Amino acid sequence: MRPGGMRGAAALRLAVSGIGLIGIWYFIVWATDAPHFMLPTPLRVAQSLVRQWDIIGGHALVTLAEILAGLATGVAVGLATALLVMAWPPGRRWLLPVLVISQAVPVFAIAPLLVLWMGFGAASKIAMAAIIIFFPVTTAFYDGMRRTEPGWLDLARTMGATPRAVLWRLRVPAALPALASGLRVAAAVAPIGAVVGEWVGASSGLGYLMLHANGRSETDQMFAALIVLAAMALALYFAVDRALTALLPWQPDSITEDTP
Amino acid sequence: MGAPGLHLRIPGLTIGTWPVLAALELDFAPGQTTVLLGPSGSGKSSLLRLVAGLLPMPEGAVLEATDAAPVRPRLAWMAQQDLLLPWLSLLDNVALGARLRGETPDLSRAREMIAAVGLAGRETARPAELSGGMRQRAALARTLMEDRPFVLMDEPFSAVDAPTRHRLQELSARLLAGRTVLLVTHDPLEALRLADRILVLVGHPAVPQDIAVPAGPTPRPAHDPAVLTAQATLLERLAEAAA
Repeated sequence: MRPGGMRGAAALRLAVSGIGLIGIWYFIVWATDAPHFMLPTPLRVAQSLVRQWDIIGGHALVTLAEILAGLATGVAVGLATALLVMAWPPGRRWLLPVLVISQAVPVFAIAPLLVLWMGFGAASKIAMAAIIIFFPVTTAFYDGMRRTEPGWLDLARTMGATPRAVLWRLRVPAALPALASGLRVAAAVAPIGAVVGEWVGASSGLGYLMLHANGRSETDQMFAALIVLAAMALALYFAVDRALTALLPWQPDSITEDTP
Repeated sequence: MGAPGLHLRIPGLTIGTWPVLAALELDFAPGQTTVLLGPSGSGKSSLLRLVAGLLPMPEGAVLEATDAAPVRPRLAWMAQQDLLLPWLSLLDNVALGARLRGETPDLSRAREMIAAVGLAGRETARPAELSGGMRQRAALARTLMEDRPFVLMDEPFSAVDAPTRHRLQELSARLLAGRTVLLVTHDPLEALRLADRILVLVGHPAVPQDIAVPAGPTPRPAHDPAVLTAQATLLERLAEAAA
């Protein structure tokens, strides 16, 4: 099929799924006869979104900035940690167990502490997102570097390669597809970190807005904020996915539209 | 080109608790191609990896060149898989060795090597765009680019189809002439076409045995009656070794 045609078909499927989901939503409202402060109709949510766009949009920008800053920080820390663990044996022996232990602490449980230490502003949300993100990035990148094709390393050895060249010219490029998987996960979970941070304590952001809308039983506003958040998360994920696919053209993709 | 010869002496080789090679002493003649044959698991690849420095030398083992200069910095390695890096172009793959040593590669020479193996015009292609035979030729170009007197080849053509293998044998015999080559294979015909000397690894732990080689310069034509007769004999010897 032509790429354009494929894109058209994908858009059509998306439209059909969207209309179907809205239909199911209407059906549930109708079948349960839920009051609008329990479950508003899609129309009420849309009206709320349009009417309060100024407020929602402003809070959305705050959350988006936190997500992006958290993503950048988490990815940077994750890359640095993986390289440190890979290139420096004492780092491997000391840091790796600490990393595993750190993941045994539920990140949501330390959110109140982060807010206590770093305040109600963006810093605690960025830290929260970064903490959630850095571990999948570190493990994906480190595992990728460890699983470098042994034949390539043999070849490098017979060529008299320097350890530095083996790291930068073999292990790092060989790990990029694995790192890309880690970055996709990071893009998907970054919004969770930011919003959880906002729930615990914030003065702005979509999480803060949703919490307050919930408290005032303005469920339609809460849904509107949720939809904006979901749209941002999806856009982020697909932007990262697209960028990674474009940056790694040599990475084979065995799953296409027609793969059974 | 005046490549030196190699002298190898090992008091046996054990991997884990498994004795792979018996005590042996081998001289690889200067500028000659020595083919190591044997059934799978006979230790032929281990022997080659030992020479390449990819396995630790056992206590008391000796590997030296006949000119007394160090061996390891002067050898090139070619494996069964092409080992081309999928993210590099053909040109960059051929020039890989210098970059891994932190040197500036001679790209015009890399282009010459690519032309020598018949891949001129495909310099910018990534490995995925090349056929299996072309990829193995690219690996040969990368081996030649290293320009080493000692060339170690571990079943270099076993992953390609028979006609392609035939052509690759001619090409490598021509391009590697004058170097001291150690070639591991399980293909008797390949051995008989390319070898100045054939060693069959027999028994556990394995002992190398010399096998008569047909007369005439390499690569010997596959239809040479002497090659065909020797092939039948060699096949029987290998079957005995495997039994």
